[in-house]
Amino acid sequence: MAENQRLKEAKEQIASGGLEKYHEKNEEKGKMFVRDRLEKLFDDNIDVEDAFFANNQEKGLPADGVVTGIGRINGEKVCVMANDSTVKAGSWGAHTVEKIIRIQETALKLEIPMLYLVDSAGARITDQVEMFPNRRGAGRIFHNQIKMSGRVPQVCLLFGPSAAGGAYIPAFCDIVVMVDGNASMYLGSPRMAEKVIGEKVSLEEMGGANMHCSVSGCGDVLAENEEEAIQFARRYLSYFPANFRSKPGHEEGKGPASFEKSVEELIPDNQNAPFDMYELINRLIDEDSFCEIKKKFAPELITGLARIDGRSVGVIANQPRAKGGVLFPDSADKAAKFMQLCDAFNIPLLFLADIPGFMIGTRVEQAGIIRHGAKMLAAMSEATVPKISVIVRKAYGAGLYAMAGPAFEPDACLALPSAQIAVMGPEAAVNAVYANKIAELPVEERPSFIKEKHEEYKENIDIYRLASEMVIDDIVQPDQLRDELVKRFDMYEDKNFSFTERKHGIYPV
Amino acid sequence: MEVKASMAGSVWKMNVSQGDEINQGEDVAILESMKMEIPIPAEMTGKVTEVKVAEGDFVNEGDILAILE
Repeated sequence: MAENQRLKEAKEQIASGGLEKYHEKNEEKGKMFVRDRLEKLFDDNIDVEDAFFANNQEKGLPADGVVTGIGRINGEKVCVMANDSTVKAGSWGAHTVEKIIRIQETALKLEIPMLYLVDSAGARITDQVEMFPNRRGAGRIFHNQIKMSGRVPQVCLLFGPSAAGGAYIPAFCDIVVMVDGNASMYLGSPRMAEKVIGEKVSLEEMGGANMHCSVSGCGDVLAENEEEAIQFARRYLSYFPANFRSKPGHEEGKGPASFEKSVEELIPDNQNAPFDMYELINRLIDEDSFCEIKKKFAPELITGLARIDGRSVGVIANQPRAKGGVLFPDSADKAAKFMQLCDAFNIPLLFLADIPGFMIGTRVEQAGIIRHGAKMLAAMSEATVPKISVIVRKAYGAGLYAMAGPAFEPDACLALPSAQIAVMGPEAAVNAVYANKIAELPVEERPSFIKEKHEEYKENIDIYRLASEMVIDDIVQPDQLRDELVKRFDMYEDKNFSFTERKHGIYPV
Repeated sequence: MEVKASMAGSVWKMNVSQGDEINQGEDVAILESMKMEIPIPAEMTGKVTEVKVAEGDFVNEGDILAILE
């Protein structure tokens, strides 16, 4: 009996985490206790927990500051590691690291998703020899993450800091959700930056959630609070299979939301005028099914998961309302990672092209737009999931290539009747070909000459001519586009081929 | 608040003058770049205290077009 009592008391103490004052501190910041987070995350609660008694011979280190185990989300098994910031600020000791490594190994063996609920001050310097440099030290966590990447989904929910080496946990996840105000990521703290390089900067500016989700691109989703972050993770996983061997679940389809304007009315005749691509996306996908990724980062390209007749689909769409829908280094990176994510887990890709091309000018050339664009092309090219490319209005130059143009083996390249496909737009082309001729003409004759050449050019790239040459596979009525996509994604469902045999390609990173 | 060019291009239309009131979401200016119209909406409702560029000017990404208060 006494033994039972001892066990009961020990369990209660460990489950309650760190000292009361740290619980209170967390509460003030709007942070939940780690075990409450897990209860909200899982359908029920964590079902099995590992090394609950880790480091119990030391005082004040319940579970060694991390909870690891398996539970269910949307009925599916998922592995988790969750820092307890009431225990030494969630810092990593030797047992903390070993627990994280073990649950990663479990996720790999079971081939189920791995979730990282991060809220940690980083390494316990006092324990560095035991937890930092050795074979099963912290480096192994990242090594495992890299090995797991593309085999099982890896999701990071960032509730607090993720400092120095710890910042690589989010970096190697498929997706990073950051809670505004509390989450941060940085290699060196503001205090260290001031000491070492003399920079004075706030934490928010250098490593805050808002900055990472809109400027650096290290964060994917900005959540207002922890509850929202947790609900996002549950929703996100519903689009994914458990691992790379399986296909995502097929839910019962829903029609799209209803709108006053039809697709045809939505798209302006003037190729140069902006329109809102979200409006088109919402007319093509099942109602309320858009789960956007990197909304605030590089908004000239929209990426998100959606359902079309209940099927998981990754949408990649140019947004003419932001920067004209032109591709930049950041938007090319955003696209590359998203396509790899979808391809890894057998989620078909839908490209909605309305693109004047890649940006030109000194600023972007110096930023390496060529290699960033090449990265996007490589990821798109390698994707072997069903790919449908829709030319909504225009696809000029390498923009056509980047948006899964015909040469990149889309299963279909469709065009709306007003679509233009060309090396460049009419204005630029006429200028490129006839600049000298135009300069020689008397000024009053120039406008009519230019107009005539524009018309000739447009005839030359007429969409019926391109369909006749079998550049595109079909011209689709705007209001029938959704039905066409439903049919085609259904037909291409069992596509199965391997891109090529090799160890791996060499990325133009 | 500074209204900045979202990308390099030329100022095609400047929709406001000094002293104008503008609502959040309304276009302060429209740039022309890559043969596209690039609207630059106001991120807040306010009064235009200064216009920094003229129509036809080349602006680089991040250049200030106007100041709102």
